[in-house]
Amino acid sequence: MSDITLEKLDDNRWLLPQTGSMRVPGIIYANEKIYQLLKGDESARQVANVAHLPGIVNFSLAMPDVHWGYGFPIGGVAAFDLDGGIISPGGVGYDINCGCRLMTTNLTLQDIKTRLSDLTTALYHHIPSGVGSTGSVKLSGKDQKKVLEEGAAWAVKAGFGLHEDLETTEDGGVIAVADPEQVSARALERGKQQLGTLGSGNHFLEIEVVQEIFDEEAANTFGLHKGQIAVMIHTGSRGLGYQICDDYLALMVKHAQETGIALPDRQLACAYLDSGRGKNYLAAMACGANYAWANRQILMHKTREVFEKTLRMSPREVNMRLVYDVCHNIAKIESFNICGVVKKLCVHRKGATRAFPAGHEAIPVRYRGVGQPVLIPGDMGTGSYVLVGQEKAMTETFGSACHGAGRVMSRSQAIKTSRGRSIARELSEKGVLVMAGSKGTLSEEMPEAYKNVQDVVQVMHDSGIAKKVAKLKSISCIKG
Amino acid sequence: MSNYKFFDHTADIGIEVTGQTRKDLFVNAANALFDVMIKSRVGEISTKQQKKIIVEGADLAALFINYLRELLYLFNGEQFVTGRCEIIKFTNKALQARLIGESFNSKTHLIKTEIKAVTYSGVKVEKIKDGWKARVIFDV
Repeated sequence: MSDITLEKLDDNRWLLPQTGSMRVPGIIYANEKIYQLLKGDESARQVANVAHLPGIVNFSLAMPDVHWGYGFPIGGVAAFDLDGGIISPGGVGYDINCGCRLMTTNLTLQDIKTRLSDLTTALYHHIPSGVGSTGSVKLSGKDQKKVLEEGAAWAVKAGFGLHEDLETTEDGGVIAVADPEQVSARALERGKQQLGTLGSGNHFLEIEVVQEIFDEEAANTFGLHKGQIAVMIHTGSRGLGYQICDDYLALMVKHAQETGIALPDRQLACAYLDSGRGKNYLAAMACGANYAWANRQILMHKTREVFEKTLRMSPREVNMRLVYDVCHNIAKIESFNICGVVKKLCVHRKGATRAFPAGHEAIPVRYRGVGQPVLIPGDMGTGSYVLVGQEKAMTETFGSACHGAGRVMSRSQAIKTSRGRSIARELSEKGVLVMAGSKGTLSEEMPEAYKNVQDVVQVMHDSGIAKKVAKLKSISCIKG
Repeated sequence: MSNYKFFDHTADIGIEVTGQTRKDLFVNAANALFDVMIKSRVGEISTKQQKKIIVEGADLAALFINYLRELLYLFNGEQFVTGRCEIIKFTNKALQARLIGESFNSKTHLIKTEIKAVTYSGVKVEKIKDGWKARVIFDV
């Protein structure tokens, strides 16, 4: 970021001043340590690039897990006015509604200690993972259309899970404007075989144990307590989502000159929200999001089955409950108070999580007294954090927080660094059992490749955007 | 000799490809794409199947990306592994190519890296002293 100078606002925020044709300034959430890491990549430049887009409101934002992406930075948040603003497929990302879901159980580490290896192996065999993995759920054209329209509710109706799971899924696991007619034949074809699969790369399923509670009231409300076994799933819309993004991005790049929007990077190609192309993308993106929710719902159901069967326990004994499901690659139409006027905006969260505060009507009734759970997975060796959204998120970040640790090392650098080492053995020494389809994935995803999730979470906590509720430690992990 | 190299990118994979002519550049980029993704356990990828593609782009950079997007779709959507690519017709805004290769088979092909998408981010195709050079970022 040689040509960008950031001004320190306070211990956790840096201002990227408005220059040239930027329409608004940028704000990056970072402490001194994370600020130093920003110098090594192009993410600040990308925050500035997003600030060029029409209709952007207040600021181009980056959360503390910010890192160099393509087009938008990863960890980027930007809101656009429905009147005169844009929607950008690149601002959502290829993996539409990539997200996390956290489930708790009635079990403790003592209950599963001797069975952990069996459980991990069984999960690895029952949950299809890896590149191009295909699932056990084969969809007819008619069923697929329903998945795209109904999201997680389709999965529950088809027998994958409980109705109550929908209550603690962001937006009930469905975006209503979905229109399968706006999804290409290529995307539909790719989606037919992949429902109920984890995928590869940074996607995972982890068994975790609640290690520390920071906020008793919120933890009690979310049903979290120390020593409890939990499961975290991280995946998205698979090939269907990638193809939707790819199709619409190409279309918007092709017509970029028509709209007359000057783009500092082609990957930011976009369409006005009130245009036909913008509306069609929103309807197609919603299909991708709904598919992802159905996917995570099915994976949770399979996880429940594996736990019950392997441990020879009843559903009541295991009691695997969904704490929450969040998306972190999405564009949503949400209302915010902008200078005293409530406005509907299109909020892009590209590697950022919604973090609504107590009282917000979009939060499940049972959590409304404390706020929305925010799920933050860390690297393989560390585990995850649960945070709770705060009022300040509504005034500063369009109700958004970070989504993970954020990469700090490129994949090739990680492979180079891990040469001659066994990442699986190192993790096992740290008490994490890992099963992965490829050794390459393990090297690329080694803990050192990520920022310290603790630092990232602390910035959100200290800046009052989202408060720490609980820390979970991973004890086993399956990856593609 | 390899006619592509990686450049460092935090989250994704960036490659820089070179070629003596524009056609060479495009052929080398196809080879680089599949070299990043797949290793054939039996050495050469067979020439059992052929496909013809027609790709367009508003300019040379868009054409370059759209061409790689098409090759990636054929792999991800139709499991077609391109072993060799021959450019039949070429202008700065359109091309026709013949792809020679085989269907993906997990017994003979080892996947090294899953590429989700070929991005337009920071794409550059330029004339250099002794040929052509392009930069592209793959989302992985």
